[in-house]
Amino acid sequence: MIMLERRRETSRVMKFASPLLALVLTVISGAALFGLLGFDPLEALYQFFIAPVMTSYGIAELLLKATPLILIGVGLAIGYRANVWNIGAEGQLIIGAIAGGAIGLALHGVDSVLVLPLMIAGGILGGMAWAAIPALLRTHFNASELLTSLMLTYVAELLLTWAVNGPLKDPDGFSFPESKMFHDSASMPLLLEGTRLHGGFLAALIVVLLGWFFISRSLPGYEVRVTGSAPHAARFAGFSQTVTIWMTLLAGGALAGLAGLFEVAGPVGQLVPKISPGYGFTAIIVAFLGRLHPVGILFAGLLVALSYLGGEMAQITLNMPLAVTGVFQGLLLFFLLGVDILLTHRIRIGHIKPRSAS
Amino acid sequence: MDHAYLTPLILAIIATATPLLLAATGELVTEKSGVLNLGIEGMMLMGAVSGFVTAKLTGSMVLALVAAGLTGMAMSALFGFLALVLLANQVASGLALTIFGVGLSALVGANWVGQPIDPLPVLFPAALAELPLVGPVLFAHDFLTYLSFGAIAGVWWFLYRTKAGLILRAVGDAHDSAHAIGYNVVKVRFLATLFGGCMSGLAGAYLSLVYTPMWAENMSAGRGWIALALIVFATWRPGRVLIGAYLFGAIAILQLHAQGAGLDIPAQFLNMLPYLATILVLVIISRDAVRIRLNAPACIGKAFHPAA
Repeated sequence: MIMLERRRETSRVMKFASPLLALVLTVISGAALFGLLGFDPLEALYQFFIAPVMTSYGIAELLLKATPLILIGVGLAIGYRANVWNIGAEGQLIIGAIAGGAIGLALHGVDSVLVLPLMIAGGILGGMAWAAIPALLRTHFNASELLTSLMLTYVAELLLTWAVNGPLKDPDGFSFPESKMFHDSASMPLLLEGTRLHGGFLAALIVVLLGWFFISRSLPGYEVRVTGSAPHAARFAGFSQTVTIWMTLLAGGALAGLAGLFEVAGPVGQLVPKISPGYGFTAIIVAFLGRLHPVGILFAGLLVALSYLGGEMAQITLNMPLAVTGVFQGLLLFFLLGVDILLTHRIRIGHIKPRSAS
Repeated sequence: MDHAYLTPLILAIIATATPLLLAATGELVTEKSGVLNLGIEGMMLMGAVSGFVTAKLTGSMVLALVAAGLTGMAMSALFGFLALVLLANQVASGLALTIFGVGLSALVGANWVGQPIDPLPVLFPAALAELPLVGPVLFAHDFLTYLSFGAIAGVWWFLYRTKAGLILRAVGDAHDSAHAIGYNVVKVRFLATLFGGCMSGLAGAYLSLVYTPMWAENMSAGRGWIALALIVFATWRPGRVLIGAYLFGAIAILQLHAQGAGLDIPAQFLNMLPYLATILVLVIISRDAVRIRLNAPACIGKAFHPAA
């Protein structure tokens, strides 16, 4: 008989081994899924996980796609550590893109080094403003930030559709619901010529460092951690839950807004009705896969970015439906949550021996 | 009001409210047992696609509904295994279920997008629906619409008039005590989760077989989340879940009518109304923290592990 037995203390080995185990399980079930869909599993796995990063262009694309995932993942992780469930990062990303993008369009043709910083500020503030709504509704009206932030994502998507059909639409763009292309001063500088990789990736690396410092080395970060893991102790110590809610939601909104601005001022190059393939939702997986730790999120972001590239590659070379990407991401999170039990429990086959009294 | 205008309005409200009511009824039972399953959206989409594909392949609506219900149950079993057996965080597991369901339903349905289908037939003979005044409103519906009313009434009776319902509520309110007097907490919760999955699957089938009727990626458009908000709005009471679902249906339909009436407001803003209304309702209900605390199942979202 297979039994779960509680460990006396949390396994340190498993803390690092369990994400890898989850990955292995995902790849195995991915192979099975490819087989079910009628593809050669090994060939499909190669196209999905290896082929996309065999060229330097592919690696640049990987870093490009990881950028928003890492940025948003770090922001969400700060909140999740405090049990603040912001799942509306996609909406905050969109509003950041609209706000920053609108600044770029208002300054269209202005050739100044200040244009891009202004847009970035607009993106951050836009994302923060959108995240401030669930923060306010939670702290003043006790409304679940989980539901309100998600509902606001649908509102943000509609706002973007309206904006590119209305005030921000390119007047010379025939009837396409798109803005003008951003001019050079309003576009992210490229890191590597011939690729789409832009400076936003460096910003993501800096955010990882800052996030690590905030969570592990700063007093507010400590308050966030205590609020999440021991709410009673936090109250007893006089940590304000209101401050924690505001701080974590604003941080998440700021980083999501930044990611949104990077997308439109980077690879997308203009405002269009759909600017993100769901980075704001996928970043939730990235945050958990990275164990809510900024450095973990860096690696998790790269891995999950590969699932986007792999999906595109498999679509091109094998004519596989693009939706495979989402299935992979869902499986990965499932396995990760499932194997986490090995942190606190061990599997024992046979009968549990009674523990000797100590 | 002119009844030629009123009847289609009522029918439209019923059609909008039915999927919300089906999903919320299932989730109500799940939450009453102390489990918070945020995967409704994913289960609905899987129910929608499996119902649609089964109907297309077999031509049988009965099989389609069975498939949708079973698919929803299978999805919820996945969640139940993670959250109840492996004690994973319920919020994260529910989100995982939604992400997985969105992806898998898109994959399964990739070749079926946009194909037409004959909708689920009306349950009663057409003659009844032609009765003046009450005919269309009472007799012009499909099986799922009647099921949604039957289910919410049945759930009320089950929760408040049967011993099994009492046990389920006890498990949701005080899992340690329920365990101490010999009830199998995990089993009760697993069954409640399966019921929730079945109802979400049927709610999805309503979308793809009655409401639209066709399959499109992500066609639930947030209805699973609105159903979750409905339960908070209803403060976990069956009667108010029913009222809430119809209130939302009415708001959504009035928005469409406002568009039809040529109001000079961009369509996108009117389309925001259901989501904004959800937020507004959450705010109004939740501000009374005491009432939420008195009505919410005390153990909701908390993992249960018998103290060994």
